[in-house]
Amino acid sequence: MSAEHPVQAQTPPVESPSAPTRRTFIATTTAVGGAAVVGDLVAGSPALAEEADGVEAPPGSRVALTVNGVRRTVTVDNRTSLLDLLREHLDLTGSKKGCNAGACGACTVLVDGRRVNSCLTLAVRLEGAEVTTIEGLAKGDRLHPLQQAFIDQDAFQCGFCTPGQIVSGAGCIQEGHTGSPEEIREWMSGNLCRCGCYLKIERAVEQAAGRKG
Amino acid sequence: MYPFTYTKAADTREALNAGRRGGRYIAGGTTLVDLMRETVEHPDTLVDISALPLREVTVTERGGLRVGALVRMSEAAAHPKVRTLYPVISQALELSASAQLRNMATIGGNIMQRTRCTYFRDVSADCNKRDPGSGCAAREGFNRTHAILGTSDDCVATHPSDVAVAFAALEATVHLLGPDGERRVAFTDFLLQPGSTPQREQALRQGELITAVEIPALPRPLKSGYLKVRDRQSYEFALTSAAVALHVRGGVIQEAKVAAGGVGTVPWKLPAVELHLVGERPSASLWAAAAQQAGVGARPLAHNRFKVELLKRTVERQLSTVGGTK
Repeated sequence: MSAEHPVQAQTPPVESPSAPTRRTFIATTTAVGGAAVVGDLVAGSPALAEEADGVEAPPGSRVALTVNGVRRTVTVDNRTSLLDLLREHLDLTGSKKGCNAGACGACTVLVDGRRVNSCLTLAVRLEGAEVTTIEGLAKGDRLHPLQQAFIDQDAFQCGFCTPGQIVSGAGCIQEGHTGSPEEIREWMSGNLCRCGCYLKIERAVEQAAGRKG
Repeated sequence: MYPFTYTKAADTREALNAGRRGGRYIAGGTTLVDLMRETVEHPDTLVDISALPLREVTVTERGGLRVGALVRMSEAAAHPKVRTLYPVISQALELSASAQLRNMATIGGNIMQRTRCTYFRDVSADCNKRDPGSGCAAREGFNRTHAILGTSDDCVATHPSDVAVAFAALEATVHLLGPDGERRVAFTDFLLQPGSTPQREQALRQGELITAVEIPALPRPLKSGYLKVRDRQSYEFALTSAAVALHVRGGVIQEAKVAAGGVGTVPWKLPAVELHLVGERPSASLWAAAAQQAGVGARPLAHNRFKVELLKRTVERQLSTVGGTK
């Protein structure tokens, strides 16, 4: 799935490879589509038409945040979700876009230590925030206990929901909602798995929680 | 999503100034961002209120509870005072949404959340709430999850909040701050039934800000709890729900606070059920008889007739759970 609001051309937040990759090709293609949407809106809205005379780009803001321990300063279209910032601006594609509506949990990341849906989080609101994604859980070569538990328990098939499951599970363990299989299931219900690996996911969370305790 | 300008209010005064100029407040953003992406909502300006000092849970002088508007759902649910004084609130919150959403969404935003009616969320469908005068596609459409109480010819959408049902039952008060100062509105007056203006959902004036929800002190001991009935076990909106609080002394029910969710265009207070309970001794037959009052005035649609009976059984079950059956 493509980003709704790709990188603004005037503000490249990170170095991009000069040769077009599949990802940059998609982003560029989407940018054209995005411009068309803005054009439609301006045509239908006198208030915005005035603004459009002087300003080409939609309103954006500068945000400084820390992602997986690295300080980042980016300028984003105000509409950009944290998920799109991670995937399309910062090249952290571990967090997945499933529903893009807060219903599936595939985009789960930690913001200031709390698990949240990055698809419903506006990047512009994250000034000073500490974000941890699936890419930031391991310590060097040492996997996070829950990453290891997912391997030990064979807790995935297609793997699309897995980054969200693991980050959410890490949050769940930190919150202490792992007292029983029922409690784990209830507190992990914000993460859907269409392959149906729930039993093994629950066991993986249980394993990692035990190891932690 | 349409473009918007973004401003973060450093304090309450800045927020109110921006609100007076037509800015839209954003707290957790879980409903608003979702609906902006669907283009159901298209504010020109978002005013981020997350820096405002509205994050406290405090016990009031009279022994009630004041929950700041920016307290997150997860924080409110876990708060020791909420858990011990009003379990019904904690339970309603923890049966809502997902752990991730509860970490984002706030109490003020929760009661401001908009209906899950699929026709409201689908910009190609007729909806008087989204587009006044366009009609109501749900009336003759797929309306299994819609309201049976408080509906009008123009709108049959339910209010989706769980904790709002607990607030309605407990007769909470909403604290508001606007350009003209502070005021308080009874919770059951704060959320508006659709009537002929379903686009008006709250008794809010231009630029007004929710600062807190206050739960009044109730006589102790008070037993309370929330039951939610839904199509799946977790992470789903209610088909029916019941918030119950009972004060029993000397073997007699002295106070009964009961409201239902999933059935009304607003959280549905059940005064007829409460009246039936007060002055009586708890018994299985009392719960059953009182719960019969829950369906009074219900006007089911083609696909949600089942809700009338389900509502009565939900109320009966929860009266029995909270009050015991002896």
